[in-house]
Amino acid sequence: MAIVNTSNKACTVNPLKLSQPIGAALTFLGINRSIPVLHGSQGCTSFGLVLFVRHFREMIPMQTTAMNEATTILGGTENIEEALLTLYKKASPEIISLCTTGLTETKGEDIAGAVKEIRGRHPELNQVAIVPVSTPDFVGAFQDGWSKAVARIVEDLAEGEPEVFSGRVNVLAGPSLTPADVEEIGRIVSSFNLHPVILPDLSGSLDGHVPEDFTPTSLGGTKLSEIRSMGMSEITLAIGESMRPAAETLEKKCGVPFVVFDRLTGLEASDRFLDLLQHLSGEDVPQKYRGQRSRLMDAMLDGHFFFGKKKVAIGAEPDLLFALASFLSEMGSDIEAAVTTTGSTILKKIPAEEVLIGDLEDLEERAVGCDLMITHSHGRQASERLEVPLFRAGIPTFDRLGTAHQLNVGYQGTMRLIFEVGNIFLGSKKENHPDTWSLSNAGRL
Amino acid sequence: MLARKVAEVFNEPGCEHNKQKSEKDRKKGCTRSARPGAAGGGCAFDGAKIALQPITDAAHLVHGPIACEGNSWDNRSAKSSGPLLYRTGFTTDINENDVIMGGEKRLFRSIREVIRKYHPPAIFVYQTCVTALIGDDIEAVCKAAAREFNRPIIPVNVPGFVGGKNLGNKLAGEALFDYVIGTMEPEYTTPYDISIIGEYNLSGELWQVKPLFDRLEIRILSCITGDARYREVAWSHRAKAAIMVCSKSMINIARKMEERYGIPFFEGSFYGISDMSDSLRNIARLLVRQGAPEGLIEKTEGLIAEEEARAWTRLGEYRERLQGKRVLLITGGVKSWSVVSALQESGMVVVGTSVKKSTKEDRERITELMGEDAHMIESITPKEMYSMLKDAQADILMAGGRSQFVALKARMPFLDINQERHQAYAGYEGMVTLVEEIDKAIHSPIWEQVRKKAPWE
Ligand code: SF4
Repeated sequence: MAIVNTSNKACTVNPLKLSQPIGAALTFLGINRSIPVLHGSQGCTSFGLVLFVRHFREMIPMQTTAMNEATTILGGTENIEEALLTLYKKASPEIISLCTTGLTETKGEDIAGAVKEIRGRHPELNQVAIVPVSTPDFVGAFQDGWSKAVARIVEDLAEGEPEVFSGRVNVLAGPSLTPADVEEIGRIVSSFNLHPVILPDLSGSLDGHVPEDFTPTSLGGTKLSEIRSMGMSEITLAIGESMRPAAETLEKKCGVPFVVFDRLTGLEASDRFLDLLQHLSGEDVPQKYRGQRSRLMDAMLDGHFFFGKKKVAIGAEPDLLFALASFLSEMGSDIEAAVTTTGSTILKKIPAEEVLIGDLEDLEERAVGCDLMITHSHGRQASERLEVPLFRAGIPTFDRLGTAHQLNVGYQGTMRLIFEVGNIFLGSKKENHPDTWSLSNAGRL
Repeated sequence: MLARKVAEVFNEPGCEHNKQKSEKDRKKGCTRSARPGAAGGGCAFDGAKIALQPITDAAHLVHGPIACEGNSWDNRSAKSSGPLLYRTGFTTDINENDVIMGGEKRLFRSIREVIRKYHPPAIFVYQTCVTALIGDDIEAVCKAAAREFNRPIIPVNVPGFVGGKNLGNKLAGEALFDYVIGTMEPEYTTPYDISIIGEYNLSGELWQVKPLFDRLEIRILSCITGDARYREVAWSHRAKAAIMVCSKSMINIARKMEERYGIPFFEGSFYGISDMSDSLRNIARLLVRQGAPEGLIEKTEGLIAEEEARAWTRLGEYRERLQGKRVLLITGGVKSWSVVSALQESGMVVVGTSVKKSTKEDRERITELMGEDAHMIESITPKEMYSMLKDAQADILMAGGRSQFVALKARMPFLDINQERHQAYAGYEGMVTLVEEIDKAIHSPIWEQVRKKAPWE
């Protein structure tokens, strides 16, 4: 439906996009006892870490190979080795990622080869899964990094033949999902007496629990043993178009069939999900969700007055953009502007005339006169300038509490969205006054 | 060119740290190089951005892939009393093609776009890792652009891989000295003109001390770079005296200003009551030495007496509530002794303080303040911090934002005192705010609730 264009400016103004390596790094934070390492100079890790700390308000374990100019030119094997050994000794993680950055990709290095060489010298590292992911900063965006990392994890670690575990369902969780979303999806799947393995599972690690002790690695999330046995599940459910490559990889490697859900926000999208689970499990949709569905319908009925023909401008990564734009258009609003960070096959399905791969300056230009802007916290300046209210969605959201707990999926999440967004529309309703219908009012023409 | 600059900055004779090093160590540089798998800090680009971005009317254009600016823009709390352009994130966001073909053309076009759309009086162009590695010559591009567009386009050569934030601060200082300072003239000067170096107006801290200078009729001709306009930095060489705060970050500028323009400076701090007073005293003395009327000194003493008395009265209220409270103080950039003395002024006990970046002189002052068995911490891992707090060896952790969750997860109070904090703690006012914040944190009613076990546990 939408035409996809790319901004042809030389200079990006007010970036919407985050870089690939930190997208990859965040997936590893959804794996238990892991430490993501960016293979590059120290500053890249520092920025990523600060960004996540501010978004999740949690401790974030994340490290760097601390490359400098000389080690970049000579090759980084020594730095990788030192980083791996230091982390192994200090933090004993079960899994370490090596996400490359612009710096190390410019030089071009065979990190998989380097890891092999290092393992040869240090058999003690055999206890640790080490996953290299190629994520140059100058290609793609956060979502691509996430997508590549998940694909690489299943490629490297998943084993076995399908259907060994009956009732076992792989869920590949896309980057648009909050920890609360992931938890809800797990809950829904389990309620059909199916056993989900969710990768990555931020709801276990970045949900804000207060542990009894300090760990230098991630705590909670998918277990390494669970990842290894993903090849033995009955089916894979990929949530978000960006999870398709990982699902395909797993099918190719272990033969597990898959279904992609491009979103789980909205009445029909949720229906489709529950319907599939019902078929898979042979169990009826639990009473709980029938109740939730009914309440969601009621929320739609109550809310549609305030959504109708509202003009909305959204800036988000492809998966999230698609979910939010579809939801709003299903509530009767018009997507006046849709700006995103990177290419994806989902973009043309977005209910807008144009989807622009661009920045927040582009969004600001297109959001003039809109009723609502939706983007991450960096949209706050534009929102103030335009006096258009901002609904925060995406990473980073650093100026609001509880971002990890925002539920946007399923009947429950869709209902929450209707209330949150609807309340903004309600709150900014313009009152009529004696001149509203004045005959000389230019607005009539 | 960059290598020479870096070496020069490492050799900074004004740096206390350096004077104590052997010739060989000095060559190695002032930032211990980051260790793989155990590094914590930001890069040189980060440091340079911190130091220059407070120039509010300039555009700050980052030449590199999205990582450098995309992951970090608009995340600092430097405040402006006017222009807001400094908060706009500009980056060339180079792509694969640029990496292969070179990014200079895109940089030039970007500069043109920024000028056409935003009309800044100047643009700072930051070099980053990838664009440095592929050999983009930002000096040449900036020179050409400055000629073409007839305004200052300043190259700031700070690829992250040359070192940490501190080095970046200094390289930013070099860029100011090489390209900005001395290029404009103020409309008029007075015998009371000063410049403040290394103050970034984080959370508006400059505005906590400016009223004091205003009262003394001392004019802040330039602040480098808090709430600065480009022109103010450009004419900063006409100040009569300078105060350098945030000690190590811009010592090179202070020293070079003294050398080239004969502007005397001293190292001061706006944190802590006695430090604030000393700073006022010293600047008054320097101005008088430079020809301002003698009366300034008396006037300054009068203001100090008045403001100190006012601050003490306000702190008195808290002294009782905070008497004996134990603070674990882990600071990065801020000189720890100045905070130590401030805390002691309000009755608290500092049970440990980090000295990682402190000079010998700093350490001596800490011993002086905290006694012989001062617990100076060279480096502390988050795990150790967590244990200290969990074992209730301290009542509050004061540290940078990264450590916030170490304290909170141990269910202990925390106060953010680094760069990204959102409170202003400078001057007499700031001290009162700091103590107020500590009081609020320590005495929050949540602690008792969250430390209790659930009834069924
Ligand atoms: S280390 Fe280099 S690539 Fe990374 S943020 Fe700093 S300048 Fe950019």
